Amino acid sequence: MIIDLPSTTTSQVNKKLVEIRETGGAVALGRVLTLAIITDDGSQAEQAIEAANDASREHPCRVIVLARGARKAAARLDAQIRVGGDAGASEVVVLRMYGPLADEGASCLVPLLLPDAPVVAWWPLEAPKVPAEDPIGKLAHRRITDAKSERNPVRSLEQRRASYRGGDTDLAWTRLTSWRAYLAAALDLPPHEPVTRATVTGTADSPSTQLLAGWLASCLDIPVRRVRTSSGQGIVSVVLERRSGLIELVRPDGQLATLTQPGQPDRTIALPRRSVRDCLIEELRRLDPDEVYEDTLEALSKVVAARGSVTTAKSSPAARSAGRRTATSAGSTSRAGDSDGAGGAGGRKGGAAKSPGSEPTASEGTSGRGGTAKRGTRRTTGSATGAAKRTGARRSAAPKPARRGSVGRSSRGESSLSRGEDTPPTTEGTESG
Amino acid sequence: MTSRHWRNPLRDDRDKRLPRIAGPSGLVIFGVTGDLSRKKLMPAIYDLANRKLLPPGFALTGFARRDWADQDFSKVVYEAVREHSRTPFREDVWRQLSEGLRFVSGSFDDDQAFDDLVTTVADLDRVRGTGGNHAFYLSVPPSAFPTVCRQLARSGLSAQNPEQWRRVVIEKPFGHDLESAQELNKIVNEVFPEESVFRIDHYLGKETVQNILALRFANQLFEPLWNAHYVDHVQITMAEDIGLGGRAGYYDGIGAARDVIQNHLLQLLALTAMEEPVSFHPRALRTEKIKVLAATKPWEPFSETTARGQYTGGWQGGQLVPGLLEEGGFAKDSTTETYAAMTMQVNTRRWAGVPFYLRTGKRLGRRVTEIAIVFKRAPHLPFDSTSTDELGENALVIRVQPDEGVTMRFGSKVPGTSMQIRDVTMDFGYGHAFTEDSPEAYERLLLDVLLGEPSLFPVNEEVELSWRILDPVLRYWEKEGSPEPYRAGSWGPESADRMMARTGRHWRRP
Repeated sequence: MIIDLPSTTTSQVNKKLVEIRETGGAVALGRVLTLAIITDDGSQAEQAIEAANDASREHPCRVIVLARGARKAAARLDAQIRVGGDAGASEVVVLRMYGPLADEGASCLVPLLLPDAPVVAWWPLEAPKVPAEDPIGKLAHRRITDAKSERNPVRSLEQRRASYRGGDTDLAWTRLTSWRAYLAAALDLPPHEPVTRATVTGTADSPSTQLLAGWLASCLDIPVRRVRTSSGQGIVSVVLERRSGLIELVRPDGQLATLTQPGQPDRTIALPRRSVRDCLIEELRRLDPDEVYEDTLEALSKVVAARGSVTTAKSSPAARSAGRRTATSAGSTSRAGDSDGAGGAGGRKGGAAKSPGSEPTASEGTSGRGGTAKRGTRRTTGSATGAAKRTGARRSAAPKPARRGSVGRSSRGESSLSRGEDTPPTTEGTESG
Repeated sequence: MTSRHWRNPLRDDRDKRLPRIAGPSGLVIFGVTGDLSRKKLMPAIYDLANRKLLPPGFALTGFARRDWADQDFSKVVYEAVREHSRTPFREDVWRQLSEGLRFVSGSFDDDQAFDDLVTTVADLDRVRGTGGNHAFYLSVPPSAFPTVCRQLARSGLSAQNPEQWRRVVIEKPFGHDLESAQELNKIVNEVFPEESVFRIDHYLGKETVQNILALRFANQLFEPLWNAHYVDHVQITMAEDIGLGGRAGYYDGIGAARDVIQNHLLQLLALTAMEEPVSFHPRALRTEKIKVLAATKPWEPFSETTARGQYTGGWQGGQLVPGLLEEGGFAKDSTTETYAAMTMQVNTRRWAGVPFYLRTGKRLGRRVTEIAIVFKRAPHLPFDSTSTDELGENALVIRVQPDEGVTMRFGSKVPGTSMQIRDVTMDFGYGHAFTEDSPEAYERLLLDVLLGEPSLFPVNEEVELSWRILDPVLRYWEKEGSPEPYRAGSWGPESADRMMARTGRHWRRP
């Protein structure tokens, strides 16, 4: 059910909400939190709402969308209430604010907060400079930002560190939980030796890669090398060095990862990129300050950028063993200098954003990414299916011709194709890559 | 698994996002063709894999007397997963899991089959990196336990060593009386030390059951009332609407009390009545459960405090259903009870004089499991007697399944000019407050087995104490002949109502 209340006030919205509850029965039972989504008026708002509706199946909440409309217009508040099938397990109030009201979101939010329940603020687009001091951020117990949708994703982390207050969190951090879990589990096994060196490889614009490096630096208390690659999506590989050998977790295609450990057979892990919906669900599970995230931000200064040794896990058509070897070389180059490189992929030191066009897989990767990167400056990675569908469509359509050309990875090529069809778009990663 | 002084630098107690992924390990299921295995275990394993809680390289080996190759087994698992898994099916997760599926064909007395199993397990250690850590799930009748245990010992599969673990998982029934339970424990413990034995009581894996402890010990609101001063009595009910068609082999001669009260209901009683543990360490929890079970006894005389029944045919919910005696496989003169009710006393300062009523049955009104704490009436009611006519007793009901949650029942004024008080309910639904898809009980329990986390598994002492409580009632019933018939779809035999009426109480209609 969708009810429009054009040119209204929050007290009328409140009245309507109570009325709906009384006529519709127990619609509003057990809401555990208020989720405020601060966005611009437009399609991004719908994507964010969709993700929130999905998340509400796990955390029933009242969703209040503060959509900022044109500032030049006359001051007006349009409201829309959605309950039932149109709102998942939540009730959604969309407030479109025009004119001078556009910057007064907090005043519209206060009367609609659920009594005595925590408030979560989420900026799927650009976040305020200091979220905790933003008028809306001040009302919130938890503030969710998304570095990925900032103009400069990696640099924005610096801003996050400077402005951190307990209760801040970022979806770029949430996206790497499964990576962290597998790495921690890998270290659970003997031999229990200290990690002496760590290298994290990922695309240049991936804040998650940066945070993963920061996390390792903070836990292991060693400098961590951060290598940029032009192929792959988001995080591509992690290499931990110990006396007995390397622990490597390599994900060349954004879907399947391989875990290699000394004395253990290789293991394949399904490690697809996480959807905004998944990340939001995880975020809403805990509402206390995330101290580990804070430590990670602090440790970003210990991350050493290693621009020179571009090794791409996917650059060689010669299958995944090469991918692993290249990642290994990322570790070994730190000792042996920038020599040798990655056997088959050797000689490829073209710099972060370029790879020779002659090579089908890589070129496909680059062109695809180029497109994303341009839009990525203002893209609403934060939000749900629209973006996901685009990504998904591109992913399942684009690789076919490229893969056909690549020799020796046929079996894996097929598997990712069929996966592309099986996987619903919402579960695709929407992290731009 | 991890050495004592070593701490994983990537783990941090403050890091609440990181799930605990089980270490390298494999699971071997004996009796893999059974219903439980297809409907619960296989889907639970897939769901765990999908939630990324299984180690990469996890291996599942089936053992049964079928002439199957690995692929046939894989197909069976695939179908079971497609049909019964809780989480959506994902091709990549399935592929990852299916690489670790193996099948060993043979019967339990076949030495060769177990030697094959040794080879398979060793091969998995090599190919999948299961690291010599294996759990053996005995989804087989207890009569097969001795054979399987002996075979595991003979082939060296049960051999413990400090670097690797070998665990055994067993299902109820844990014997049919105290003596047989001790015998069974002896057989199992000869091969596996007690800390490697995991007895599955799937009720303990349920969120709502674990929530009993949270409700009691995390709140200030309830615990002060949780004693004989305020509580009149407690009713623990587990009702099923299904009959026993097709389960004669297991059920005939066992009956409702052995099937349900000995394990599920007495465990629920223990969690409801126990004192606060000093910590949530498995040992501390177990200590309290054992204490309260040791203080529990059935209330005598049994002719007045127990009831048992057997369902007869009739119309139930729009279906004509057969009575127990007409169900295939049951003896025409079977005295197996399908309904059992009894009264327990917990002889502690907290509970002295408070009866705990336990009841369970098949073909009852509907499927429901709940714990109802019924409070005493207010000692003085400053109202006209007419205004409190409709006021019942306050109650706190923990709904275990379905519709998990907690209900509170209390009196409230009926709107109007006169003072009229009537019972109302206040409801907390798990589904409303945390819709986080609650994991299936088997998911949680299987994961705990692989992690070596024993909190949710009863130990042999608990099992033996439960039989000690139940045996006197069972002995009394044996002398009594046939159970009283009750109509399918009703709430049990009349004797059960009389048993409550004798003390001026009545069963809640759940």
